[in-house]
Amino acid sequence: MAIESPEIKRPVHRKDSLPTDFPTRAGRQPPAGRGAEFWWWVFMRVSGVVLLFLVNFGFVAVRWQNPFWQTWDWLLLSLAMIHGINGLRAITLDYVHRPGVRAAMNGLFAIVGLVLFTLGTVVVFTFDACKWPGLSAALRASLHC
Amino acid sequence: VATRPAPRRRADFGRLYRGREGQWSWLAHRVTGVAVILFLFAHVVDTALVGWGPRAYNRVVSVYHNPLIRLLELGLVAAVIYHALNGLRIMIVDFWPRATDRNRQLIYGTTGLFLLSMIPITYLIVKPIVEKYL
Repeated sequence: MAIESPEIKRPVHRKDSLPTDFPTRAGRQPPAGRGAEFWWWVFMRVSGVVLLFLVNFGFVAVRWQNPFWQTWDWLLLSLAMIHGINGLRAITLDYVHRPGVRAAMNGLFAIVGLVLFTLGTVVVFTFDACKWPGLSAALRASLHC
Repeated sequence: VATRPAPRRRADFGRLYRGREGQWSWLAHRVTGVAVILFLFAHVVDTALVGWGPRAYNRVVSVYHNPLIRLLELGLVAAVIYHALNGLRIMIVDFWPRATDRNRQLIYGTTGLFLLSMIPITYLIVKPIVEKYL
């Protein structure tokens, strides 16, 4: 706020919070219109809530014999990856001002995200613990091979 | 209620806008978000090793049993919980703009919830490390 610009009319500060029509209202301003940026904005919030319910831990071999947990973990992977990559993109919007550099960085993020998403998807859906070499009899029994 | 702001110029606010608590929660949200996505990158790769059998998988995953790495794991859990709670606060002020008037209180609320939830989690993660190595 070092330079006063005439076109921004500054409301009077209240002691404990910024007025809601202050240019830097809390939170990211919803992008104008109903274009892609707006839907990314919505996606970040919706996927954020869904991710809250998906986060979990478990033993992979037993877990991924069950299609429910395969789907669960795949959803977790997809949403977390898209949410995270879009988050990185949002950061480049703030700090990377040269369009070419920004596009290159976002392209790199997209490629890394896509490669890891593909790898994760293949692993979640093709993994078969029964095909592990040298599987102990006990584990074999517990996996119902 | 939010009105469309005048075009924002860098000279108006610079990189650090003077949002006090809001500014720090914004920074923490960013830092924790980046930390979590970087872990996710590594985690997809280490989990993909299940395809090479239990020996390869267990050998790589045993890295996670190192006491230092387990402390980093505590940091990961903290980052996820903070990001989740602060994300909820962001959604509250985004979808219900009047809540912006209580933004500061909401920030202290989420920070308090975060710190409270970290008490049992820290105990659960640090206790086995202490018992094993000290």
